[in-house]
Amino acid sequence: MSGAFRIPGAGRFKQAKTARFSFDGQSYAGIEGDTLASALLANGVHLVGRSFKYHRPRGILSAGAEEPNALVEIKRDAARKTPNVRATVQELYDGLDAQSQNRWPSLSFDVGAVNDIASPLFSAGFYYKTFMWPKAAWKSLYEPKIRAAAGLGVSPDQPDPDHYSSRYAHCDVLVLGGGAAGIAAALAAAETGMRVILADEQAEFGGSLRFETGAKIDGQDGFAWAQGTIAKLSAMDNVRVLSRTTAFGYYAQNFVGLVERVSDHLKTPGHDLARERLWQIRAKRVVLASGAIERHMVFADNDRPGIMLAGAARTYLNHYGVAVGKNVGVYTANDSAYAAAIDLKKAGVNVAAIIDLRDNPTGPVIDEARALGIEVNFGRAVIRAGGKLRVSSMTVQPKNGGGERTIPVDAILMSAGWTPSVHLFSQSRGKVAFNDETKRFVPGTYAQDCVSVGACNGTDGLSATVDEAYAAGAKAAKDAGAKIAKGTKPKVDASESWSRGMLGAAPGAGPDTTVKAFVDFQNDVTAKDIRQAVHEGMRSIEHVKRFTTNGMATDQGKTSNMHGLAIAAETLGKPIPEVGLTTFRAPYTPVTFGAIVSHARGPLFDPTRSTAIHPWAEAQGAVFEDVGQWKRAWYFPKAGEDMHAAVDRECVAVRKTAGLFDASTLGKIEVVGPDAAKFMELLYTNPWEKLEPGRCRYGIMLREDGFIYDDGVVGRLAPDRFHVTTTTGGAPRVMNHMEDYLQTEFPHLNVWLTSITEQWAVIAVQGPKSRDIIAPLVEGIDMSDEALPHMSVREGRICGVPTRLFRMSFTGERGFEVNVPVDYGQAVWEALWAEGQKHGAAAYGTEAMHVLRAEKGYIIVGQDTDGTVTPNDAGLDWAVGKKKPDFVGIRGMARPDLVAKGRKQLVGLKTRDPKVVLEEGAQIVEDPKQAIPMKMIGHVTSSYWSENCGRSIALALVAGGRDRMGDTLYVPMPNGVIEVEVTGMVFFDERGGRLNG
Amino acid sequence: MLLIRCPYCEEERPELEFRNAGEAHIARSVNIAGETDDDFEKFFFIRSNPKGIIYERWRHMHGCARFFNAVRDTVTDKFVMTYKAGEPKPSKLPGVAK
Ligand SMILES: [Zn+2]
Repeated sequence: MSGAFRIPGAGRFKQAKTARFSFDGQSYAGIEGDTLASALLANGVHLVGRSFKYHRPRGILSAGAEEPNALVEIKRDAARKTPNVRATVQELYDGLDAQSQNRWPSLSFDVGAVNDIASPLFSAGFYYKTFMWPKAAWKSLYEPKIRAAAGLGVSPDQPDPDHYSSRYAHCDVLVLGGGAAGIAAALAAAETGMRVILADEQAEFGGSLRFETGAKIDGQDGFAWAQGTIAKLSAMDNVRVLSRTTAFGYYAQNFVGLVERVSDHLKTPGHDLARERLWQIRAKRVVLASGAIERHMVFADNDRPGIMLAGAARTYLNHYGVAVGKNVGVYTANDSAYAAAIDLKKAGVNVAAIIDLRDNPTGPVIDEARALGIEVNFGRAVIRAGGKLRVSSMTVQPKNGGGERTIPVDAILMSAGWTPSVHLFSQSRGKVAFNDETKRFVPGTYAQDCVSVGACNGTDGLSATVDEAYAAGAKAAKDAGAKIAKGTKPKVDASESWSRGMLGAAPGAGPDTTVKAFVDFQNDVTAKDIRQAVHEGMRSIEHVKRFTTNGMATDQGKTSNMHGLAIAAETLGKPIPEVGLTTFRAPYTPVTFGAIVSHARGPLFDPTRSTAIHPWAEAQGAVFEDVGQWKRAWYFPKAGEDMHAAVDRECVAVRKTAGLFDASTLGKIEVVGPDAAKFMELLYTNPWEKLEPGRCRYGIMLREDGFIYDDGVVGRLAPDRFHVTTTTGGAPRVMNHMEDYLQTEFPHLNVWLTSITEQWAVIAVQGPKSRDIIAPLVEGIDMSDEALPHMSVREGRICGVPTRLFRMSFTGERGFEVNVPVDYGQAVWEALWAEGQKHGAAAYGTEAMHVLRAEKGYIIVGQDTDGTVTPNDAGLDWAVGKKKPDFVGIRGMARPDLVAKGRKQLVGLKTRDPKVVLEEGAQIVEDPKQAIPMKMIGHVTSSYWSENCGRSIALALVAGGRDRMGDTLYVPMPNGVIEVEVTGMVFFDERGGRLNG
Repeated sequence: MLLIRCPYCEEERPELEFRNAGEAHIARSVNIAGETDDDFEKFFFIRSNPKGIIYERWRHMHGCARFFNAVRDTVTDKFVMTYKAGEPKPSKLPGVAK
């Protein structure tokens, strides 16, 4: 037997297999097809959680995605623990392990429930008021306590072992929601032959047909019609039917995000199955058929376990065959709850009484209830519920006052009416309109190519819904380009119908301030809180919402928004539309990070770029650093060496003999064409027209504002061909910058730009022995100083493969950069390395490269400059062509502030104590004894220990720096003030003789 | 995600392929070196920030790589039209009331 409350003969899972599951360690039996909620209810379990703030015992309110209370943790193994799963959505599988949340030490005895008694402390706006001061207490006291006391679930502490998939799709008509309306719309669209996708969040299609047993379509029971039509649609080639798939976000131009739960309902998800699949669908037309959500009644202690929505109780009975109690009461303000009472009564459940807030309603359901012998009371209110861990009674009073009567019950079914689900419509930027007669917000002005049908459009009654939906589906297909329509509209033979109801607090909600009549169950917001927010000056619903947190929980106020709005409006004495409805935001229901991230995690989070020489460096034990997406060899430690020792050795080796450096990550752009030199003149500060082919020049690129944007050595290979190098990180933006000017400002220039970064591997060989290492391997290039002077470039062969051989130096030593096609990169490197070994050369990494260039005062754009440094500031005036009429940045550079005195200029710094190495980024002051805050006149941009200089060296941007040569400045640090001397930027071989050494 | 029509590729492509490149129809002076401070300020720093129709430059970065111009409504984010770089500002916009 799968639970004492399972009614033989009721429900749709008559042949179902038993599924064992556990809740808080206790073992139960359910059946396949159950949700966790229906299985718990079948076993008479209503208490499933504790509330967020007051730790009040909570039960199951709903039978769907709107559930605010029944949040549990589902655990498959140590790494697969999912918190905040709605028990009403989680399908049961054999072996399911669920835990209640937010309670200690146990669900029935929870210490945190003291919050309920201390509730004045937690009233509306308590975060803003109670915990303001002292500020320091936030970190040590308030935040940890609040996080421990108020919270939802515990996030898993291990990496997610599941995998997720992602699909893009296009269709003509996308139908969201698979109740009667959605199915009818999809059918009409599908019959035209257009591409249709129909999605619904439930395991089975049918929507409210799951519980509306009075519905008959095409001569069948409504739910059976739904299953038959879905089977027909699924078999059509032009239709894709997605169950367990929630449309969570409606974005621009009919772009809809959906999550399909692929394997959360399976006992043993196969390893080849994704846990969830993200669908990103672009539709020509969208049909919204998202239905309506029932509202609860707002009265004192309306949150006791056993109190639930009438429609939910009816779903549990008619779909799952589960009675939610043995002796139920009903509290309603509309007709729909009567149907639940009637169905339960017919199933043998005692219905103690129907309490109807309305004065003299009439209708067939009321007559039927009476005919079944159910006591029906009009004009009365349930003013409070009895019981704590489970409702035990309801106390009834005439709504205008009078004698109280307490009726024992074990469940209360409530219905204040139905709220159209306009979430997706609102997300599409459509504007809702308030229907004053039915007191509903319904779709008003559309912003996108979509249409709402059925209950979400405020359409009442199955017949009207199917008519509307079928016509809308056919029209959507036609608007998307359909030529034919050949189907037949489903015929509704019998239906149920209701509308109206009430908004806001019922008489049982106060005015007593100690009463807790919940509006928002998940965030523990009561009617009193909303009134209080208005009394404290909140006028707009947006303010009331933030002050009370009404509607801000993970359920986004699906059951609470309209009640909260109505209470605020009533307190303000304003009509509802004037107080406004909050805008709905994606996601409709919570979406896992896994679904969004999909495979883009770990090594696939971001592309990794590595050079041709990377495997060699790896084999040598290099330590790598990330430079943008590149992995660059940072240093090559030998056995027993730390970073410091390795870098010192590498730096010394380069200046003593030679070093090999992988410079492949440098950006490289080929600028080609008859107007190539003209283009270079415009994009760089330097003159290029007269640069002879075979020579190189250090170029500076500015932005139009006159600040340094990039730099690099440029070789002219031919009159119409330049080989431009850029910084490693700057390559893409430099290319973009060049393309921008070429395409839009200088389109008259006949030039082609090609990124060649990944075509050439670059091996820098630097040091006194560099030529001796390279020369034996080179063919067709005269390596003498006369034929190949510093700053020149030749094309020839090395190791038998083509090379662009640059004679250039970023170390101040005689140096070369050997460019070879990337496929030969490692082979040529290994050949050069073998030659280098004969001379005692070392491989050096980016750290040594940085030190060596700083010893020579060569800047690194982005380290010694920060986007506010001009060529003059950096001491690079010599690289600006004085006679040029135009180049990008020429005017910006002349702006008053950029030529003013006292600008920060790049200078060298030497610490008085040569052993002290400054910290990069440290601030510089003139007088360390001045009051705090001190006047900062600059900062350290580069700082290293230089083994070659036998001391520390630094570069810094200092106001008026070049006028302070020899001055003493100070760098205040936490452990004391460091005294520095302002110097020139060159610390080693000031006269530059070693370039030819 | 928006769909943007590249006037060079002559088809709508997803926003991911494109990159915004700032306001359109701001021409760089052929005699920029001789510009006054005020003119340079207008050219380089001052941008319109309308509620409604804006003229922008976009680049089909991961497509044909061409820069082009677009008319977009800043309220709805909708693209009204796109056209090639160098073409004049359209005098009439489809579906937009004057
Ligand atoms: Zn294109």
